[in-house]
Amino acid sequence: MNVLAQPVGVSHFLIVGAIMFVTGAVCMATKRNALGVLMGIELVLNGANVNFVAFGSELLNPDGIGLDGQLIALFVIVLAAAEAAVALAIALNFYNNHSTIDVDRADELKG
Amino acid sequence: MSAAEQLPVLLGTAWLLPLASFVLIVFFGPRMGKHGIYAGYVATAAILLGCVLSLYGLFGVWISENGVYDLAAEHQEHAEEHDEPDEGDEARATRGQVIRAQQPDAAEAEDDLPPDSKRFHFDTSEHEGKSGTVKAFTGDWYTLGKFGSLQVTIGYYIDSLTVLMFCMVTFIATCIHFYAIGYMHDELHDITDHEVTLSDGHHLHRHGRFPRFFQYLSLFCFSMLGLVIAGNIAMVFVFWELVGICSYFLIGFYIERKSASNAANKAFIVNRIGDFGMIIGLMALFGSLGTFSFGNWFDDQGAEHPGIFSQVRPGEQEYPYRLRTPDGMVKAAAAGEIAKGVEPTKEQVDIWRRDFSKPNGYGRQAYWLLIVAGLGIFCGCVGKSAQFPLHVWLPDAMEGPTPVSALVHSATMVAAGVYLVGRFYPVFTPEVLLVIAIVGCITLFLAATIAITAVDIKRVLAYSTVSQLGYMMLALGVGGWVAGMFHLVTHAFFKSLLFMCSGSVIHATHTNDMTKMGGLLKKMPWTGYTMLAGCLAIIGAGVPFSIGLSGHYSKDAILAQALWFQIKNPLYGWPFFLVASGGAALTAFYMFRLWFMTFVGQPRDHHVYEHAHESPRIMYLPLVVLAGFAIFVGGSLPFGGDYQGLAVQGLLEQARPDGTVAESNGRLIPTLHYPSEKDPKVHRDVHKQAELVAFGTALAGLLLAAAIYGLQLINPNEVRNYFRPIYQFLVRKWYFDELYQALFVEPTLFVSRRVAEFDKKVIDRFIDALARWARIVALLDDVIDRYIVDGFVNWFAQWTYSAGLQMRRLQTGNLRQYIVFIVVGTVGLFVLMSFYAFANATH
Repeated sequence: MNVLAQPVGVSHFLIVGAIMFVTGAVCMATKRNALGVLMGIELVLNGANVNFVAFGSELLNPDGIGLDGQLIALFVIVLAAAEAAVALAIALNFYNNHSTIDVDRADELKG
Repeated sequence: MSAAEQLPVLLGTAWLLPLASFVLIVFFGPRMGKHGIYAGYVATAAILLGCVLSLYGLFGVWISENGVYDLAAEHQEHAEEHDEPDEGDEARATRGQVIRAQQPDAAEAEDDLPPDSKRFHFDTSEHEGKSGTVKAFTGDWYTLGKFGSLQVTIGYYIDSLTVLMFCMVTFIATCIHFYAIGYMHDELHDITDHEVTLSDGHHLHRHGRFPRFFQYLSLFCFSMLGLVIAGNIAMVFVFWELVGICSYFLIGFYIERKSASNAANKAFIVNRIGDFGMIIGLMALFGSLGTFSFGNWFDDQGAEHPGIFSQVRPGEQEYPYRLRTPDGMVKAAAAGEIAKGVEPTKEQVDIWRRDFSKPNGYGRQAYWLLIVAGLGIFCGCVGKSAQFPLHVWLPDAMEGPTPVSALVHSATMVAAGVYLVGRFYPVFTPEVLLVIAIVGCITLFLAATIAITAVDIKRVLAYSTVSQLGYMMLALGVGGWVAGMFHLVTHAFFKSLLFMCSGSVIHATHTNDMTKMGGLLKKMPWTGYTMLAGCLAIIGAGVPFSIGLSGHYSKDAILAQALWFQIKNPLYGWPFFLVASGGAALTAFYMFRLWFMTFVGQPRDHHVYEHAHESPRIMYLPLVVLAGFAIFVGGSLPFGGDYQGLAVQGLLEQARPDGTVAESNGRLIPTLHYPSEKDPKVHRDVHKQAELVAFGTALAGLLLAAAIYGLQLINPNEVRNYFRPIYQFLVRKWYFDELYQALFVEPTLFVSRRVAEFDKKVIDRFIDALARWARIVALLDDVIDRYIVDGFVNWFAQWTYSAGLQMRRLQTGNLRQYIVFIVVGTVGLFVLMSFYAFANATH
């Protein structure tokens, strides 16, 4: 089944979400810069949001979860904002202490 | 308030005051003033107040209620009317809680009595007087407990004997308390006891024990008064033991001295032997009569139950108050018949009671039970009153301080045995009385002979006490109830006086040994002359047929009764009178030997003589007071309005046990006649003979003592050499200590040693083996614990630790690595779940 030949539906959104997710995850796993890692997190979260919106869409998926999907997406956005605030604060503090934001240097609590 | 309400309150208060003093001193004694000197004052105040209450009870309540018993009129009347016997004998019913004086009682031959028993009646109603005169007040203050038919109460039995004993005990105790404040003065500061040498060669140095002494003295007074007022035998037994323990404490007051602690143990152990018999007697009485109470008692419903006395001597029958085997004992004897279903009706019990012919007849068995009860009670009295064969403890008890010897071991506690015999008199059968007389007779002679050779001033008095107690027992045993109790009272006064005088001498000379004294009269006139009064009182000095010192009256009464007994029982009555009159001579001899050796002649030890001095006033004033009593207590009050004619004898007559006025006969020994003490013949002829004999023997003893020790006409050493074997025998106290040592102490020690050996060789070894075995088991346990239980726990901990070590490698601290783990893990899980879902879907 060729996706590109189909009209835009849930599957397309899921593919976009999956690409965003994988991109974010790879970004998190490869970036040594704390801000890059944060960006990866945003990508992962938003990839998930795309899925929620798609599943919640009346138009694309009439028998789906309905408005719940949009609501969860909104919730995730709020959560991401809060998380970004905290993470930036941690990054600032880390920089103050270590004069760098290289996450590989943050291994002082290792076992 | 009537006498029935007043007397229990007065005497009860007098009884409890010393207890209050005891409790106060126990808790606050050492803090009462400097070195606890106020403890002495507290104890003295308590007993003084008790004395005042008792005297008020006697003069204010008892005599105003019952009047003065007129002895003179009785004697007069007997002389006139003795040959007009009166057959009248109405029994007085008891009313309320008060036992009314009995109407004249008659001794009557029961159907089965031997035909030769004489009939004898006479009437005393006119003296006992006013019908309805109260004889005794009984009642209970408090019920301790009720167990079925057994009722244990704190009760009272108050007759004139109780009141009299209260006055005597509290009065003498008061004198002795005052005296003791002076005598125990040394105990107010630290003391070096020169008689105790410690292991390091020094003498014992200890704190003074002034409060402790008065604490014991108070406890003793409480116990003694409780014994006197007791309304039931259970209470008697409790206070009996309490005076015993007080005696133990007081003998062992100088507990560090080996001799004192030995003497205390001896007194206690010897008394236990007597008490063992007493318990048997009490149980025989209680088991068959079902009550502890002397007088009649009332249950919750108000129903009256007969006490011991009215069961043994029932009032409402043909011959009132004659000793009768109680129903309970007959039923106990016939228990087999009753178990077979025979109804024990009144008639049936009477039939059983008369069954005396066969040796195992029920009547005879029941009578034996009564004898056992009487002998058991007497056994306790033998211990407490130091009668042969349990007399050995009393002389050793002189290790206690002298005030104690005066109060406890001469005047009151040892008299408790005599008192109890007097109290239980209605229960004693003629056969038991004979035993009492024999024991008293032996004791009297034995102790008097030992007293002759003793040189320790207190020991002479101790043996004299034993001898006089023997006199009392003898008097009671030959039927002289009033004579015995009378001698108990007079003896208490003069013997406490004598002991306190000897204490004063010891206080002055610091020695007990009479061979170091002599010529002290000049140095200590107060002590010397009061002691002379005491000596004259104890030997019964007086003018025949007219007046005399207190001992004169009581000893004459005893001798008269002994002679009367001899006349009635010519076959075996003679030793009693013979020994009693011989004892009178011995008494005179040893008492004046003591007095002459101490106060007259040349000083034997100049060092002692130089240091002797008269005692302080607080010590010799009580002596003077007691000397006055020792002289006059035997007579009757010649003035005093309502109280005129008041005499100890008269008071005792008011308390005379029901049924003892009459003549009685033994049932197992039918020839045994107990003559009446109130038989007019006693007063007419017998008394006069007895008085002459007493006077003659006492004078002989006195003259002999004066010849040897006063005027020194005869050298005592020559006499001693002449009678050396006898002298040796007496000095060794008839070898009683050696005999008991060989008979009882040595075998006991022998058995103990064998038992100790068994203990050491068998039991100890067994225990040791057990211990060893337990040790082996413990070792095994240790191995299991260490290698198995601990091993498992340790292995587990080790494993957890190494697991933790492995796990920490994973935690690298590399954030990106973690993310990879998370992603790989999530994807991996997802893949797994997909496989699972795929697998399910295909099936």
